[in-house]
Formats: sequence, C-alpha cells, structure tokens
Amino acid sequence: MKTDELVTLLATGATAVETHVAVRRYSVAVASGLIGAALLMLSLLKVRADLAEAAMLPLFWLKIGFVASLMAAALFATVRLSRPGARTGRLPVAMATPVVLMWAVAAVVLYVAEPATRAGLFLGQTWQSCPLLIALLSAPALVTLIWATKGLAPTRPRLAGFAAGLLSGGIAALVYSLHCPEIEAPFVGFWYLLGMLIPAGAGAWLGESLLSW
Amino acid sequence: MQRIDGQDGLRAKESRLRSLLLAGLSGDAAEYEAFLKELSAHLRAFLRKRLARLPDEVEDLVQESLIAIHNQRHTYDAGQPLSAWVQAIAKYKLIDFLRRHAARDQLNEPVDDELDVLSSADTEATEARRDLNVLLDDLPDRQRLPILHTKIEGLSVRECARLTGFSESAIKVGVHRGLKALAARIRGKQ
Repeated sequence: MKTDELVTLLATGATAVETHVAVRRYSVAVASGLIGAALLMLSLLKVRADLAEAAMLPLFWLKIGFVASLMAAALFATVRLSRPGARTGRLPVAMATPVVLMWAVAAVVLYVAEPATRAGLFLGQTWQSCPLLIALLSAPALVTLIWATKGLAPTRPRLAGFAAGLLSGGIAALVYSLHCPEIEAPFVGFWYLLGMLIPAGAGAWLGESLLSW
Repeated sequence: MQRIDGQDGLRAKESRLRSLLLAGLSGDAAEYEAFLKELSAHLRAFLRKRLARLPDEVEDLVQESLIAIHNQRHTYDAGQPLSAWVQAIAKYKLIDFLRRHAARDQLNEPVDDELDVLSSADTEATEARRDLNVLLDDLPDRQRLPILHTKIEGLSVRECARLTGFSESAIKVGVHRGLKALAARIRGKQ
C-alpha cells in the first residue's frame, strides 16, 4: 500500500473525536481506585477508633498533607506522561518537594527528641505492616490507572507506569491513614513513602510491557 | 527535500497544520486528509534524515507513524504545540523501530529534540517494503470488513452495517480496534 493510499484510508469516514479523554479516563480511574482501596480497608482493617481525636492534631494533617501533595504531583505527572510531547521538566521538582519538606520536618523532630525516643519516632508500632498494607490497598487503583494510561499514548511507558503506580500508592496511603495509628513525621516520611514506592516500582515494571503502543 | 526556513515559516506551517488537524478532530475528513498528507512529507524528511543507513525502511516507518498519529489523535491537546506532539510520536516510533531491529548503532543522527519536525518536508515517497494490505487481509472479519467497507470502499457506517449484518456500533469498534491491531501487527505483536 502506498503512503498516499494509507492517508486516504485513515481519513475516509473519520468522524469527530472526543476531546478531554484524559480527564474522563483519569477521573474514572482515580474514583474507582479510591473506592477499591476504601472497600479493601474496611473489609481487612478498620478505621482507627480515635479518628475524631487524631483529626484535632496538627501532625495528623501534616501526614494527610504529605500524602495528598505527593498524590497531586503523581497525578500531574501521570497526566503529562500520557500525552506525547507534553512538558515534563517540572515533574521531578513537583514530586520531590513534598518528600524534601517532610524529611526536613522529620529531621527537626529527630534532632530535638530525646535520643532514647528516636527509634520509637522512626519505627512506631507498625513499621513492619505499614508499607505492605499501603501496597495492598493500592492494587485496585494500580489496575484502573494502568487501564486509563493505556488508552492514551505514553512515549515513556516505564516512567508513565511509575507515575501511575505512585499515584495508586498515594490513593492507598490516603485511605490507609484513616486506619493507621502513626502520625510522627519520621515514620510517615519513610514508611508511607516506601509503601507508595512499592506500587510505583510495580507500575514501572508493568508499564514497560503493558503501556507500549 | 524542501527546507522550511526561518521562524516565521515554521510558525505559519505549525498554525496551518494545527488548524487542519483541529478541523479533522471535529469531524472534517477532507481537512484531516490534507493534514495527514502534508504531515507525511514532514515525517518522511524527519525519518529519512535519521535513518540514512536504512533508506529502505523509511517509508514503512512513515506509514507506521501515520497510523500511530491517527490512533492516538485523541491525545492531542489544542493548547500544546503541534510539532511537539508529532515529534514525540515520531521519535517514539523511531526508537521502538530501532529497538525491534536491534539497529541502534545504525542511527546516524542522535534523536534529539533540537530539530523541529516541521522544519523540512520530503514528498518523494519510496515504495514501502511492508504491504499493509497483506496485514489488513490478515485481520479477523469483524475488524477487516469494517475497515474494508468504510475506509477503503468509502461506504457509510450504515451501509456497511447493512452489508455485513454487524451493528453500527460494532462497525465503529471494528475500525478502531482493527487499526490498533494493525499497529500491533506492524510491531510484531498479535
């Protein structure tokens, strides 16, 4: 087939194309991922009994703010990376900023703490289960976000998979923070981040094979 | 090869192609065809320059990029430069092609972002080595017939539905999936 014939073939009968496909796909994916994570959390874990009291503490909101801002950065990155030629120069800064700020707070907290209490601030009561539970809760969102990205055109599939995975981790961490008893900055800055990086790594690995086109 | 000189020339080219594409995206098939036709010359020049040692592969890759651009046209954002979008797709297809052919070292110019894809045009098509007709014939009927009737014979979706007994939505889905399958088969994936 000659190229001119192909051009005619592609254009013949071409009808209007839906715009804002990305917005629709990611809205569906984020919403269903959130619902999936919430259902998993309610069936496997439970909302912490003292949530109302915890919500009075600034540290609780620091944790929510950290997770939410990382989630926002990951959403921004996922959307950008799913569109060919979109600018990606600001993405590393957007994703690193919440982490750096959280680590700065954690460093101050550890610095001023009594040496004997430092290990407790870092390990909390639940460091062994926290990252794995976040990774578990991220599974539904990882599936829906990979699906959403697959309908678009990531030219860097591994990176797009990483961003989608990080976003699913952020969704999971947000839901998990309603169960989690920990609020100390050193704990959240490390174990929450690790929990979000597990699905991010899985997303990068999946992206390589599932997101190429 | 035709060079498009100067920033003004490039800008005019960009805005002309962009308005053709936007008209195409809102359903004007004639404008869309003009867009693809003009774009194919730019893709050819862009790819020929980067595949100087594999000249026989250029036209195949032009066709592959055109199919990719068509299949992904819903990802173009009107607020974004058209050349950046086109170039990212052409570059992706080029790298994918080189990876498939284990010919990374054949690349005689680095795939950089500096050269604008619209800066040159080449209307002299060589023969494609791969015949897309053969790949099309190989698609399952629910994809092949909708493409054959609506895209090659130019029948309407309704006429094609009457002819094949498929529903109209099955025809539309068949065309869409068929072109995706065609792209996958070009990449050697079923």
